[in-house]
Amino acid sequence: MMDEGIELSLTIAQIIQRLRGSHLHSQIERQAKECLHQPDVKLESLKEDVRSFLKTSGWERKLQNAVYRELHIQLPPRHPPAPPEHLKEPLVYMRKAQASWEKRVLKSLNSMSTELGVPLAHMRPAAEQKELTNKWNEMGTDEPDLSRFRPVYAPKDFLEVLIGLRNPNHDSSEDISVRSHWGLIQVPLNVRDIPHLREAYSELNLTSGQMGIDDHALIHPAVLCTHSLFCLHVSCVVVMEEDSAAAQQYSRQGCPTGLRADLWALILNATNQPQDVMHYEQLKAGVIQHNLLVDNLIYKDVKLTASNDDYYFVFEDFLYQVLLCFSRDTAVLEHFKYNSATPPKSYIQGEIISVIPFHGFSMYVAPLCFLYNEPSKLYNVFREMYIRYFFRLHSISSHPSGILSLCLQFERLLQTHLPQLFYHLRQIGVQPLRLAFKWMVRAFSGYLSTDQLLLLWDRILGYDSLEVVAVLAAAVFAFRAENLMEVTSLASAEAVLADLSTLKVMPLIQVFLFATAM
Amino acid sequence: MSGTPDDTKPVNFTVKAPVYLQIGDAKADTAHSGVCVVDVNLPFGKPVNIEEVTFKNYYTAYVTVRLLRRNPKQEAPAKWCTAVRDLPLMDNPHTEGGSQDYYTIHRTQMQVEPDHVVCARLILRQPSLAWLTFSLEDIKIFPHTEPDPEKEVSDWLSDLTLTDQHPDLEGLPDPQTVSSSIQQMWALTEVMQTNQTTASIGRFDVDGCYDISLLSLT
Repeated sequence: MMDEGIELSLTIAQIIQRLRGSHLHSQIERQAKECLHQPDVKLESLKEDVRSFLKTSGWERKLQNAVYRELHIQLPPRHPPAPPEHLKEPLVYMRKAQASWEKRVLKSLNSMSTELGVPLAHMRPAAEQKELTNKWNEMGTDEPDLSRFRPVYAPKDFLEVLIGLRNPNHDSSEDISVRSHWGLIQVPLNVRDIPHLREAYSELNLTSGQMGIDDHALIHPAVLCTHSLFCLHVSCVVVMEEDSAAAQQYSRQGCPTGLRADLWALILNATNQPQDVMHYEQLKAGVIQHNLLVDNLIYKDVKLTASNDDYYFVFEDFLYQVLLCFSRDTAVLEHFKYNSATPPKSYIQGEIISVIPFHGFSMYVAPLCFLYNEPSKLYNVFREMYIRYFFRLHSISSHPSGILSLCLQFERLLQTHLPQLFYHLRQIGVQPLRLAFKWMVRAFSGYLSTDQLLLLWDRILGYDSLEVVAVLAAAVFAFRAENLMEVTSLASAEAVLADLSTLKVMPLIQVFLFATAM
Repeated sequence: MSGTPDDTKPVNFTVKAPVYLQIGDAKADTAHSGVCVVDVNLPFGKPVNIEEVTFKNYYTAYVTVRLLRRNPKQEAPAKWCTAVRDLPLMDNPHTEGGSQDYYTIHRTQMQVEPDHVVCARLILRQPSLAWLTFSLEDIKIFPHTEPDPEKEVSDWLSDLTLTDQHPDLEGLPDPQTVSSSIQQMWALTEVMQTNQTTASIGRFDVDGCYDISLLSLT
């Protein structure tokens, strides 16, 4: 609606304001000052010479990456300037629903504290602090008594809230759209169907090579070598050039295993500069000083989920190191000032905790442990992924990557392209969303085998959207449709969908998007 | 440059209650036609030149803006014209996208010049049956102000940031040539320092005056 020129200059002004005073800003200034000593920098052409120096030394690229990151997490400016809560979430009834959900979670935490007689936060005695410092790298060996603690909420509780969401202005008196009565989600959000998805995800076309399928041994070695080598070469160049935008584009067709860690860090612009390490150390000091009630919930969650998982139990210690720090990181809240949806946060006796974990929360971190073994780097990457994507999976918002849109998209895809299956499941009293919700809320972590999961998360990063999670959920149903058509109860439906560990993610998505008859 | 909403106050006007057009005569059979008309009466006797119209949407899919303009010079009666026709506010009338967003319609987006406007009429359309009601909230009209050279703050601010323009020197030499000649003189003094001789400089006056052409630089 706005003049494009005005919108662009507003965006530029916002980004400049965000980057001014940042560490990168002072680094570039220092570099510019130091390069004045160089002989090829002349007084007459000072501006151009400094700029070309910054270009060749790679600093311009770093600035580009920083701007690229800001563009990702910023919202477009609006004119007239809308109030901040509107920028976070434009729909009033969703804001209210999110606020009341946050209150409910906090109330549950408070009542747990009262019931168990455990304070929400208390300072550790000196001896305990010393012990924890010594045991920092092996907290998994601890076996505290966590039987009294229970998770604050589980995904299925959250699903009930989403199902109950209604737009007060929505006319549901008549059977205008029977489809809305098939599925559970009753909110009319705009979600994309297969024709639009084909356009948006054109790189996943059946004719394009994908990492993880086309480097398989079944292909003729000569073709295989050339293709893989080419992809590897491109990815090496991207990493060396340190180009975030190129890395993101590249990731759409999957990352080679050896370079995935670098590519993801590039896309997220998660550097491991000294100040990042220092920030992590500060958080660690906070963990050692204070014990939060939430810490016990984290322990319990890790013990119940990741430690029981064949792939992730080895990373138990890392998970504690990351999650305990994460729950105290107020910098996470900073990002939500200008991003949509506020995660559940609270002031607890003067300490702000950023996120109250739910059952399964540690599974967001676990797959990353395969890529990063340095705690502060692992922490940075996880934090970036959380503030860009994962928080949307457990917040109520109208964002296209929000869990509400994903649920609706899953239901719509199934209703449109597998109507017989949907109808059959409803006949036997099964709502497909109840089966798929737990997959989507964790972005399939813990359900797929790790290499497949990482290929899926490549696409989340590459397309900067969680839509592919909803598409995969529908594709899984399509794949197991024959078996599902024969089940006659909820239990047997669950059994058919219990084990996803043998699935190959990319062929499923490709076939569902590009080979479904329209 | 014209005034921005930041320092311009919106025009005071009265908004009549929105009229939802209905199909059918009987009051009982109130089938919504999906069209609503909002009349905006600007202050009587003071026609407005519109800069922009801002509002907050509430489930309206399309808006048409019609203006009643009266040209002060001519004696002709006021005429209605369409400024904006069927501007889409929602991507899809059936879904939430854009349903509660803030919008601005600038004069540059209008098909006619919104000057000497006496009355404005907003025609709202919402063809979808999904919604119980639709409207626009918080409608504001900002007048077009002519740029005021003396009072414009941004003019002298932009002057300050201009670096390409050369300032008015009024007889003073050009800074570029001065700096390059200073560089030459500096180089000269360096050379002189290194080549110091004990010979006296000696005067080159001829008949009591200096002759420039006899001075030599060594």
